[in-house]
Amino acid sequence: MDNISLLVLAPVLNVQLLVDGLLIGAIFALVAYGLALVWGVTNVKNLAQGDFVMMGGYIAYSMTLVGIHPLWALPVAVVVMFCFGWALYKIVIYRVVDKDLFTSLLATFGIAIVVQQVLNLIFGPEVMIAESGFEVGEYLDGGLTVSNVKIIAFVMALILALIVVLFMKQSRMGQAIRATSQNARAARIMGIDTDRVYAFTFALNAAICGAAGVLISMIWVIQPYFGTSYSIRAFVIVTAAGLGNLPGVIMAGLGLGALEQFGAFILGAEFQQAIVVGLLLVILVIRQIQQSRHRQVVK
Amino acid sequence: MSVSQKTFLLYAFILLGGILAPFVFPNYIAQFATLWLMILFALTWDMMGGQMGYNSLGNIIFFGVGMYASAVVQIARLYEVAEYTSHSGAPKVDFGWTEYLSGMGFGIIAGALAAIFIAVILGRIVFGLRGPYFAIGTLGAAIAAGELVGAWDYIGGGGGITSLPFPGTGDERSLFFYFALFALALLTFAFLKWLYSRRYVLAVNAIRDDEDKAEAMGIHTLRYKTVTWAMSASFLGMAGAVYGNMAGFIEPLEVAFPTITFGIFMVLMALLGGKGTLWGPVLGAVVFHIIKEFTWTHFLGWQWVALGMLIIINVAYFQQGILGWAQEKWPDFFGLTVDESDTREAVEEASK
Repeated sequence: MDNISLLVLAPVLNVQLLVDGLLIGAIFALVAYGLALVWGVTNVKNLAQGDFVMMGGYIAYSMTLVGIHPLWALPVAVVVMFCFGWALYKIVIYRVVDKDLFTSLLATFGIAIVVQQVLNLIFGPEVMIAESGFEVGEYLDGGLTVSNVKIIAFVMALILALIVVLFMKQSRMGQAIRATSQNARAARIMGIDTDRVYAFTFALNAAICGAAGVLISMIWVIQPYFGTSYSIRAFVIVTAAGLGNLPGVIMAGLGLGALEQFGAFILGAEFQQAIVVGLLLVILVIRQIQQSRHRQVVK
Repeated sequence: MSVSQKTFLLYAFILLGGILAPFVFPNYIAQFATLWLMILFALTWDMMGGQMGYNSLGNIIFFGVGMYASAVVQIARLYEVAEYTSHSGAPKVDFGWTEYLSGMGFGIIAGALAAIFIAVILGRIVFGLRGPYFAIGTLGAAIAAGELVGAWDYIGGGGGITSLPFPGTGDERSLFFYFALFALALLTFAFLKWLYSRRYVLAVNAIRDDEDKAEAMGIHTLRYKTVTWAMSASFLGMAGAVYGNMAGFIEPLEVAFPTITFGIFMVLMALLGGKGTLWGPVLGAVVFHIIKEFTWTHFLGWQWVALGMLIIINVAYFQQGILGWAQEKWPDFFGLTVDESDTREAVEEASK
C-alpha cells in the first residue's frame, strides 16, 4: 500500500498513469468494438479476439524484420486479417453460427488455441516489440513522459474507429449489417444475403483486430499467449457497456485502460491479469443483480 | 444373448481389464491411472453440461480446492502448516502406512467437503448467469482461483507444497494410486448410473430443456442446480485429493488449477463422446486419451495445434459426439424407438 501514498505525494504520477491508461484504453475499445460487432450481428462470442490482435502484431513485427516501418503494416494487416477472417468464417464459424451459444464459444476457443500455438511455433515464446523509432516526448516540466508512438497509435485508433463507424452508417454493406443485427429474418426477406453479411462482419472484426494488433506491437509487447488477456478485456468492456452501445464501449475501454494502470501500479504488475478477471466476475455479478429485478423466481 | 447378459459381460470385462491392466502393461501404469481420472472428469462435467445444460468451463476449481484441502489436512496432522510450507521446511517426521492411509482418508473426506462448500458458495454467485455468461463466468472464476491460491503464502503460494512422502516402494506407489483412481472412477460411474435412473435426473433434464418452464412447473431450480453442482464437485474434490498425493508436488497453476489443460479436456471429452448420456463421456475420455497420448508422443510441438483442431472439428462438424452419432445410426441397438410421425416423408404421406 506504499504506492498509494506515493500517488498522493506526487500528483503528477496520477497524470502519468491516467494518460498511459487512456492511450492504451483507446486500443482496448477498438478491439471491444469489433467483438460487439460480431456478437451483435452473428451472436458468436469470439474468444479468439485477442489472438487475432496478436496475429496483427506479428504481421507488423515480421515487416520490421525486413526493414519496413511498422506503420506500413497497418493496411497490410487489415487486408490479410480480412481474408483470414473470411476464410475462417467459411470453414468453421459458418457451421456453428446457428447452433447454441456454447458451441460457438467452444469453437472460437479452439481457434484461439490453434492460433496461439501456430504463432508460438513460428515466432517462439519470446516477448517481441515492433521497433518504430519514435522519440519520447516530455511534458509538464519533465514530470510526464509520453512516447510519441503512443500518441500516434491513439490517433490511428481514433481514425480507424471513425472509418468503421462511417462505414457502418453510410455504405450499403454497413446498412445491411445493421439491418441483419436488428432482425436477421426480416433482412433475409428484404433480399439481404445474410450469410454474406455474417462472413463480412466476421472478416471486418478480424481486420479491426489486426489493425489494433499492429498498434499494440508498436507501443507495448506481443507474445503468442498474450492474446487471451485481450479477449478477456474485450469481454469485460462489452459486458459492461452492453451491445450496440458505441459511446459506452469507448468509455468502458478508456476506463479499463486507466483502471489497469492504476491497479498494476498499486498492487504490482503481476496482478494485472487478476484485476481484469476479477473485474469480469464483478461485472457479471452486477448484471445478474440487475437482471434479477426483472425475474420472478421460486423461493 | 439377452441385453442384460451383454451388459453383465461388458461390466465384467471392464472390471477385469481395469484390475489386470497395470500387471499386463506395467510400463503404462501412469497413463492408465490418468485415463481413470479423465473418465471421472468427463463424467462429472457431463452432470452439469450434458444433463443440466450448464456448460461450466471452471469445474477444475473443485479439483484444485480438493487437492489443497486434503494436502493441508494431511500436513496439519503431523506438522505446523505454515512451517511446512515455508522455504526452510519443517523437521522430518517418520511415519508409516497407518498414518499415511488414515491421513489420506481424512484428506479425501476434507477434499470432498471443501469442494462441496465452494460449490455451494460459488453457485449462489454464478447460477443466475445463463448460457455463455455462465461459461465465461466460471472460466473467470477458475483463472481467478489459481491466481488467488498463488498469492496465499500459508498454503505455499506460487511455490507450491510437497506432498507427504509415500511410505512404500516406487512400484507399490504407482499401483496404489492406480487403484485409488480406478476405485474413484468406478464409484463415480456407479453413483451416476444410480442417479440417472431416479426421478431426480428428470428435474435436472427439465432445467436443461427449459429453465423457466421447469420453474413454472414448481421445480426449485436453484436448489437442483446447487445440489447437482455439489455432487459433481465432491467427486472432483476426492479426485483432487488423490491426484495431489500422486503428483507428489502441488502448485497452483499447473497441477491444482490447470484451467487450459484438464479444465478444457473435461469439456472436450464429454462432447467428443456425446453429452447427456452415461456412456458418452466414458467413451469420449478413452478416445481422447488415446489421441492425446498419440499426438504427445509422435507430434511433439504440434500437440496443442492438434488439440485445438480436435476442438474445432468436434464442435463444428461432429456435434452429436460418438455415442450420439451411434444412437442415430443404430437406434435398435440402444433400445431407442424413432418417432417418424414428424418427419418430412411422413407428413407428405399424410397430406396426400
